[in-house]
Order: sequence, then structure tokens, then C-alpha cells
Amino acid sequence: MKITNAIVEKHGLKPDEYSKIKELLKREPNLLELGIFSAMWNEHCSYKSSRIHLKNLPTKGKQVIQGPGENAGVIDIGDDDAIIFKIESHNHPSYIEPYQGAATGVGGILRDVFTMGARPIALLNSIHFGSTDHPKTKNLLNGVVSGIGGYGNCIGIPTVAGETKFDSTYNENILVNAMAVGHANKNKIFYSKAKGLNKSVVYVGSKTGRDGIHGASMASAEFDKNSEDKKPTVQVGDPFTEKLLMEACLELMKDKSIISIQDMGAAGLTSSSVEMASKGDLGIELYLDKVPCREDSMTPYEMMLSESQERMLIILEDEKEKDAKKIFEKWDLDFVVIGKTTNTNNLTLKFKDKTIGEIPIDALASKAPLYERKWTKTKLPEKKINIKDLKKIKLEEALLKILSSPNQSNKSWVTEQFDQMVMTDTVQRSGADAAVIRIHKKEKAIAVTVDSSANYCKAHPLTGGRQIVCESWRNLISVGAKPLAITNCLNFGNPENPKIMGEFVECLIGLKEACEFLDYPVVSGNVSFYNGTNKKNIDPTPVIGGVGLINDAKNKINHLLKKEGNIILQIGKTFGHLYQSVFFKEIHSITEGPPPEVNLSNEKNNGETVLKLINKKLIASVHDISSGGLILALAEMSLSSEYGLKIEKPQKLSNLMEFYFGEDQSRYLLEIEPENLQKVTKILNENNIFNELIAIVQKNYFEMLGEFKINTNDLYKTNNKWYYNY
Amino acid sequence: MNSSVIVFPGSNCDRDIAFALEKLQFKNTMVWHKDTTLPKSDLIVVPGGFSYGDYLRSGAIAAKSNILNEVIKAANDGCLVLGVCNGFQILTETGLLKGALLKNKKLKFLGKDIYVKTINTDNKFCNKYKKDQVLKFNIAHNEGNYFTSTDHLKELEDKNLIPFKYCDEKGNIKEENNPNGSLNNIAGIFNEKKNILGMMPHPERMVDQMISSNDGVNLFSSLLN
Repeated sequence: MKITNAIVEKHGLKPDEYSKIKELLKREPNLLELGIFSAMWNEHCSYKSSRIHLKNLPTKGKQVIQGPGENAGVIDIGDDDAIIFKIESHNHPSYIEPYQGAATGVGGILRDVFTMGARPIALLNSIHFGSTDHPKTKNLLNGVVSGIGGYGNCIGIPTVAGETKFDSTYNENILVNAMAVGHANKNKIFYSKAKGLNKSVVYVGSKTGRDGIHGASMASAEFDKNSEDKKPTVQVGDPFTEKLLMEACLELMKDKSIISIQDMGAAGLTSSSVEMASKGDLGIELYLDKVPCREDSMTPYEMMLSESQERMLIILEDEKEKDAKKIFEKWDLDFVVIGKTTNTNNLTLKFKDKTIGEIPIDALASKAPLYERKWTKTKLPEKKINIKDLKKIKLEEALLKILSSPNQSNKSWVTEQFDQMVMTDTVQRSGADAAVIRIHKKEKAIAVTVDSSANYCKAHPLTGGRQIVCESWRNLISVGAKPLAITNCLNFGNPENPKIMGEFVECLIGLKEACEFLDYPVVSGNVSFYNGTNKKNIDPTPVIGGVGLINDAKNKINHLLKKEGNIILQIGKTFGHLYQSVFFKEIHSITEGPPPEVNLSNEKNNGETVLKLINKKLIASVHDISSGGLILALAEMSLSSEYGLKIEKPQKLSNLMEFYFGEDQSRYLLEIEPENLQKVTKILNENNIFNELIAIVQKNYFEMLGEFKINTNDLYKTNNKWYYNY
Repeated sequence: MNSSVIVFPGSNCDRDIAFALEKLQFKNTMVWHKDTTLPKSDLIVVPGGFSYGDYLRSGAIAAKSNILNEVIKAANDGCLVLGVCNGFQILTETGLLKGALLKNKKLKFLGKDIYVKTINTDNKFCNKYKKDQVLKFNIAHNEGNYFTSTDHLKELEDKNLIPFKYCDEKGNIKEENNPNGSLNNIAGIFNEKKNILGMMPHPERMVDQMISSNDGVNLFSSLLN
């Protein structure tokens, strides 16, 4: 078959990229080889637009065992314990087929974690949908939530935290990001680097079908009106088989049989084999007749590009084949030697005794295109609004309107579709600032959270990038954890557009600054570009997954009010920044202006001091102040507890709305027993932290003198109805 | 007391329930689904999970497995059998317990804490609970909507074969506290001899105050009584 321009274009390759292929091969590729180049050179697999910027991120630290570049990041949590975690996007497939797209997103990220020798212990998700009156949103929400639950519930890993957001920017391109967290012995971590010649390359897991062919290429292009036709490129998930694969792999990992292991994710057999060979500076030869196939007469092209799920590639030590095979047979999984490592540094493909494709490994990996795309800076927007000119609204009315809005509503409709308790180590379930998972049979626990602030990032990417790292850090502190490291999922529009590329570059600079300052390095991540349809790009949405450590699970804390008469102290200064706030958006439909400033040294000082107070057991509950500002944070503290609050208005208050709805950063609310107040304020003052008394805990009513008095049950009902009425 | 936990390839609460049993000093053995003999057991547990994927009706394939033949024999000889969640579904598929577990009334997976009231405590599984005690348990299932014939339902009520019913925090058994649509708010049932208990809520998730509550402890300690 002659490779025509049309065929090249259909493979998502640009003419100059095709010329480069011919140059590297010193000949024209055949269709199989072209398909392989297309799978490896697309944005999703090659990171060709992002690589030069990603390398600036801080990835090192005492706590880091393995940074980006492996299946997932690995951190040290003391003793022999390591935590392995990563977040990944499955945006494009989920928009086309929400249930399967979301389900396989969960499956894929779980494989990344257990491939490295970890037993997964928690799942998280960050899902963004279009506006709630968009005709597709309801169906997408239903499908994605049940898909996430369907996979995690079946395999038996608790889904413990997440965020669900709605904004018209995602009308034609939803975001589905899934994060998996696993626990491993730090001396038994498995990597993907191949070692040694003539070692058996073993295929294990499900059979290969025709699903997901060119899935990664689809995820590397914008949608257009024909996107609906792309359903066959979405993979179909089978959580039961994944469970078998996970148990079989973890069983095999008890022994020293595995040299290298890699899951078949995006671009399936192609990327897994190339990655292993590339890291090991070796060649790899595959006999494609041996690949277990689900359907008859599958072609080598289909086998190499299928993204069928629940498959792994393993390079085994000599003479370990028999024992390893026994394990996979016990779990009723395929186990077939399909190739070997070679010294040719080529990917060599054989079918029916003929060589049908041969490509130098480096042409697919290190020599893949690398672009330094043009980018433009985003100026800090001006503050043009005079609050006094805005339509007057009562504090109570604004609060209730915000509490019942889709984005601020109670998410139990979502989280009740997830099993949060299986594995019986979930110490803090969703609904708090972060979830807390105890390490099985030990005292220590980890805290996990996912966060994003797309509107801040849109308004000023540099500040937004900083803010989102701080928000994640603050959420971990608020449950009593020492923040250790993050994984990031960078969801952006079309990188060929300099404005979008600029959003990416500047968000990353912000991320870098905050991560460095807070010693909160990036250990894994994923970039998802081309989120948009017909030239309309989504707002920049970096999602941060954070992990922290609590030395003794008994010391975890949450945001629920604990006792009548306790005092609520606000720490951190309130300036009343309303631009980009929930209040401006929900009440006044204003979306202009700059995001709140981020002062990294305040952030660090406030957070570390709060953690110190928690560890000294001087605090009854903690909540960070984030979207919605002070009043929403206060309401959230009473929403799920039996207590309300009597809120005291400060003496000199320039503007009620600014004070209560402003989204200034680095602030927390602390609930303190009266007898501890002096000790607490002493420590705060020693650390130069501004603090003021905000409220007193009382029974039954959420109240502000002269403004409102709401029964806490009514408050709860207001917050809880949106999803059930949708 | 010797217990055996049956492990299907898709079981996912096997570790949790074994952990709970061992915490309460049971001598526990895990039994693989391909095994054809059972170790000597005073209690057999069929745990929660997705046995063989449950792509067919939940528990339908598991009910036909090798090891279930042995469980059926042991149960008919009077051995104590506890089926939790998927285990309950499997026991109804074998016929050891009558009735069936349909899809939840709202057709969605439901994972949350709920309350149940103890109705019958005069049996091996619940003797450490007080009658009409309100317990906090956790449920996590797609198909927990208990259904049976009118005659059998009457028999369950008349012969006091219902240990737990869904209720509110104060113990009121009302339709609005029925999470999944089960007939008469049934959360668990016995066979006639009361040596077999099937229940949708997970007692093994409630043996640690730090996680949620200790309300499941007495179910296991009753058996040791």
C-alpha cells in the first residue's frame, strides 16, 4: 500500500513530521510503521509541545524515591513504606462515551500504580462538566459518575475524594481526571526499564481486541462535528479482569522474577514495548502471531495499535517462566511469550515468519518531535468594578443562593455512587478538605486531595498556577497531614495557539514557584492538550493531586464543629478580594478581574503553624477558606454537624460582602476550646500570624446578629437539594 | 472457633472480613474458589465483592462453583454460614436462602452509612445485641433490593427470620429509611433453621471506632458466645 498524503493526514501527522519519519528510517514507512509512528509521535504519548517546559518543574526532595518518567511517582513515608501515585486524564473518550471513558480512565491509572508494585489503596477524581442547562450535561454526569464507580467499586479500591464542577467552558469538552494511590514496600518497587539480552517478553492479561485503535491520536486532536463517529476509538473496561491482573501481578512481584514491567495504556503494545526498550537502551523483537486476540483475523496493524484494556508486558528473568505462568493460570489470565529483547536497538515486528516492520527505537522515543511553541503572556487583569455600584443583596440571600448552586452543593449524590469503605482503612471519607487513608495494620495514614481553580488560571495563569498548589497544600494541612508531594494533570486547549500555549507555560511557572517554595515536588503527571471543539478552547485547568502524611491516624482532624461554646478563630488576613470569586460569578454574573494574590511565605507560615497547633492537640476542628470565602467556610463547618454558629461581625467593617465572600488566600478557620485560646493565640502571635475571633459554636442555628438566623437543618437541606432535583 | 472465608477471583471484602474475624480471635482460613474441599469450619463466610465479575446476575455463576457445592453440603449439615453483600446474593442464587436481590430502587450503586434495627436477637449471630437496638452499618451495592414471594415474606415475619431492618437514627422503620427498596425494609434474613444469615450491610466495616463505629463487633462476638 502506497502511503499517500491523505493517509498521513488521517494518522494525525503533519507533512514535516512525515518527512522526518522518512529521514529517520531512510526510506518510506509501510502502513504498520506509519501507524506506530502516529501512535508514538502524537501529543498524548510524545509530550512534544510540553516536554521543554515540564523539565523545569521541581521533582526532587528528601521524600522523593521516583519522580516523573516512570508509570507513577514514588515517595517515602518512613519505615519501609512507599506511596505510589499518579493522576491522568481521560477527557476525550469520556465525552464520546461517558461510562466506558470514565471507567477505563480509572482502570488505566490503577494499572500505572500496581505496575510498580503497589497495592492501590485509594482512588480520587476531578470531573468537570459543561453548564447545567447544556443538553448533554446530565447524561455525561450520569455516565461519568457511574463509570468511575462501576470500575472502582468492582475492583474493590475505595473512591475517597474528588471534585465535581460545572462551567460552560466544558460544554463541548468535559474533563475526567482520575488519580490512584498505592502502598508498596520501598525496597520492592518495579520499573519499566528493560535489562539483559534475549530475555522473554511476556504478554499477560486480557486478549487484544479492536477497541481503542488510535485512541491516543484521537486524544491529541480537537473535536469537530464528526467526533461522535469516534466511538469505536473508546476502549471498553472490564474491572473484573483488572482485579485478576492486579492480584496476579502483585503475587508475581513477591518473587524476584520480574526485570521490567509496563502496562499497556495509551498506544497499547506499541508504547509499552518501545518504552521498555528505550529506557533499557535495547531492541525488542515481537512475534505478532502469538499475541492473544479476541477476534479472528486481526492484522498486525490492529494488534500494535489496539488500546484494549487490562493488559501488561513483562520482561522476565531466565527460567522464571514456568512459575510465573502458574500464577497467571491460577487467575485464568493469558500468559504468552511474544518476544525477546535484542541488541539491535530496533523495534522488530514479525508475523508468519516474515519481518513486517522495523523501526529504530530512538526514532520513536528520544528523536520524536519536540516543539518550542510560540506563547504569549497573560497580563494581570485590571480591577474595574466599584462594589458600591452593584445591585444590593442581603447576605443571607446571597449565602443561600450560593449554597444551593450546582458548584457549591453537597456532592453526596456523586459520592454515594462510590464505595468509600472497602479495604476498611478509610479514616476520613469525602466531604472534608482531604480524605485520610490509614496504612493497613499500621498507625500512620496518608491524606489525599485533588484540586483545581480554572477561573483563577484563566484570569491570570501565573497566579492561578501558584494558587492551586497552595490550595492543595492547605487542604492537606487542614486534616492534620504534612504535605509531601503532588501529581498534576494539565488540561489545556490547543497548544498551537500561542495564547493557549502561554496559559500552559505560565501556569507551569506558577506551579513551579509554589512547589519549590513549599517543598512540595511534582512526582508524576500527565498533559492533556487539545481540549476544545471547533477552535473553542477550554479554560486552562491544571488539576493537582496532593499526598501528605499523618504519623498517627488518631491525630487526623476535620472541619466539623465539635462542641458548643467553642471559639472560631480566623487566621490569615482578609482583604476582601471579590474578583474571580464565587460571589461575583453566582450573584452578579461578573467573571472579570484578577484572581486573589498568592503570598507564598504567608502560605507556608500559616500552614506550618496550623499543623503545629494540630499536632499539639490545641485545635478541635480546622477548615481552609477557599471558594465562596469566609461565610461559605463557616457554613460548611456547621452543615454536616449538629452544631451551628453565632457569627460576630467585626467592629470596623468596610463592606460586608467583601469581608464574607472575599477569596483571599492562606486563610484557615480554627475551632478552639476556650481554655486553649490563650495558648493558641500566643503561638499565632509568635509566628506573626494575623488572627481574629469570628464566631462561637452554638446548637441548632447558623446565625449572624442583625443579618440572619437559619436553622442548621434548613441550611443542610438548602445545600443538599440541587443534585436530587437535577 | 474456626472460620473459613471463601475467596472468589472478584471477591473484594475477603481481606476485610478475615481481618475482622482475626481481630475477634477466630482461627480463619481463606478458601480458594477452585478448591473442592472445605477445612473444618464452625463458620463459613461468603464475602462481598463481584465474585466472577457479576456481568450476569450477581452471584449467579458463583452459586455454581466447586466450592459452593461444599458450602451447600456444610450448611445443610447445620454449619453456620454468613453471606455479606455479594455473599448474600450468592446464597440466594444457591437456594440456601429464599428470595432474590433486585437492583436498587433508584437503579444506582449506593455506598453509605445506614441504620438498622435488630428485630431478632435470639439466634447464634445476634445474641450479643439487644432487641430493638439501632446499629450503624455501611452498605455498598447495586443489587440490594430484597424481594420474595408473599407467602415467604409472611413466613419470614411470622417465624421471626429477619434479624435486621433498615430504620432511621432513632429506630423508626419507615419507607424513607429504606435505601434500596427492600420489602418490609429487610436488611438481612435467616433460613428456617437460622444457621444461615444473609445480609446486605457490611458488619466487617464496623469493627473499628476510628473508621466509623463498633456496631459490627457483636455480630462476630455473638458467634463466639
